[in-house]
Amino acid sequence: MTTLPTSTEKKLGLAIDLDTCVGCHACVVSCKEWNTSNYGTPLSDEDAYGAEPHGTFLNRVHSFEAQPETGCSQTIHFPKSCLHCDDAPCVTVCPTGASYKRTEDGIVLVNEDDCMGCGLCAWACPYGARELDQLSGVMKKCTLCIDRIYNENIPEEDRVPACVRSCPAGARHFGDFADPDSNVSKLVAERGGIDLMPEMGTKPVNKYLPPRPKDRPSEARLEETHSEPKGFLAWLDKALEAI
Amino acid sequence: MHPAPSVILFTALSGLGFGLLAWLGLGLPPVTGWVAFTFYFIGYALAVGGLLSSVLHLANPKNAIKAFSQWRSSWLSREGIMAILSLSVIAIHAIGTIFFATRLPAIGALGTGLALVTVFTTSMIYTQLKSVPRWNTPLTPILFQLWALGGGALLAGQFGAAAILLAILGIMQVLAWMQGDARGATGESTIETATGLGRIGKTRLLESPHTGQNYLLKEMAFTVGRKHALKLRVIALLCAVVLPVALIAIFPATHALALPVIALHLVGLLAARWLFFAEASHVVRLYYGK
Repeated sequence: MTTLPTSTEKKLGLAIDLDTCVGCHACVVSCKEWNTSNYGTPLSDEDAYGAEPHGTFLNRVHSFEAQPETGCSQTIHFPKSCLHCDDAPCVTVCPTGASYKRTEDGIVLVNEDDCMGCGLCAWACPYGARELDQLSGVMKKCTLCIDRIYNENIPEEDRVPACVRSCPAGARHFGDFADPDSNVSKLVAERGGIDLMPEMGTKPVNKYLPPRPKDRPSEARLEETHSEPKGFLAWLDKALEAI
Repeated sequence: MHPAPSVILFTALSGLGFGLLAWLGLGLPPVTGWVAFTFYFIGYALAVGGLLSSVLHLANPKNAIKAFSQWRSSWLSREGIMAILSLSVIAIHAIGTIFFATRLPAIGALGTGLALVTVFTTSMIYTQLKSVPRWNTPLTPILFQLWALGGGALLAGQFGAAAILLAILGIMQVLAWMQGDARGATGESTIETATGLGRIGKTRLLESPHTGQNYLLKEMAFTVGRKHALKLRVIALLCAVVLPVALIAIFPATHALALPVIALHLVGLLAARWLFFAEASHVVRLYYGK
């Protein structure tokens, strides 16, 4: 049913630390690997070895540059996947009932047996979290690795989303945002976690932990190119001037 | 947004078809027998043809039948249901006028209402999307109604009503273009709100997440052909509104007049509908620095 639940028991999601992400794309690769061989149809690629390869991904890492009023710019690597919104517009627009939000944990999923591939949910999502697989003709999106987090056949430390498990920097945290004492809730409180495009009214569950302000910006400045030489260099400078 | 020919044809033709059927439901023109058959045939061909064309753009059409199930939340589902419902009710009215030369005014009026509700549900599929600022305005459903009723009036030979409706349509269409231009491609969203990095400073995309194309860019960051937007707007306005209204004002209302007027209007409608998609922009482009 594509009406949204009024509330969910848990709010499982990710807290993504923009201060820590190094932009290595390991999460992109591990997400593709896990999800192409598990839940639903594979994540297909087209022209994979040709001139214009493209394919379906559920998680992508963008890199941005933010320029403060003064001082150096900051480079921010920015992983983006489904935010499992509380007010998910992708769910309510679905005509077939394929798109739904789970009452028990708030995960937004696509039931591929019902999807007709109209693409309207991808239009409704402001974040570009959904991609229509060009081979299978059904909509693909992040499942929060639902087939890992509840999977009792894999070791306990692996029962987190593939992107979280593979992140070498520890920039991705998985947990329950409905529990104020959870790891992710504490991180969000501590670091002032934010919503992406709050003006869209989607109430995302996933939060982004903004980069901390540079505490020693003066040290990050580039060396002055024309500084007064001292010692031997000063002598050399004078000697050369004299010639 | 990617202007898929199937979706342009679907919204344009089905709108015209339901517009014509709305007039026929009111008994305008008051026809019976074979003449009525011809009018209804055109109405149904356009409406049903448009709906079938929309099925063409589905990537997985075998599940299309399930689209009737989610009327509680989905405008697309409501549209499917309303289309079937209005076509069924109007069919009763059509059978009465074609075969029995008897009009059932209550059924006809109900059919007219349902046809207009169907056009409204179509428009709401686009209007509801906050992610596409140019569509997310009350002007979208108003325009869809005017295109349907105005074009339908031409097809129904109601030239007086058509001239008035088309004149209003022209004004509203220009208003919608102006409003859309003023709001900007991504409305109040910026790369700073999209990334939350505005608190640091002015933000730009440093490196794209992938070097190639992807579904999002093809579907939602369409930019080809925008350079002709102004020319197309003029063509749309001239063909759909100005020339038909002028021809109606100058020449007597005959079948010979109907043909060029309808042909012109159709060209204008297709140009305007192409612009409706091609000029609309999705906020996801912000994540790609576009």
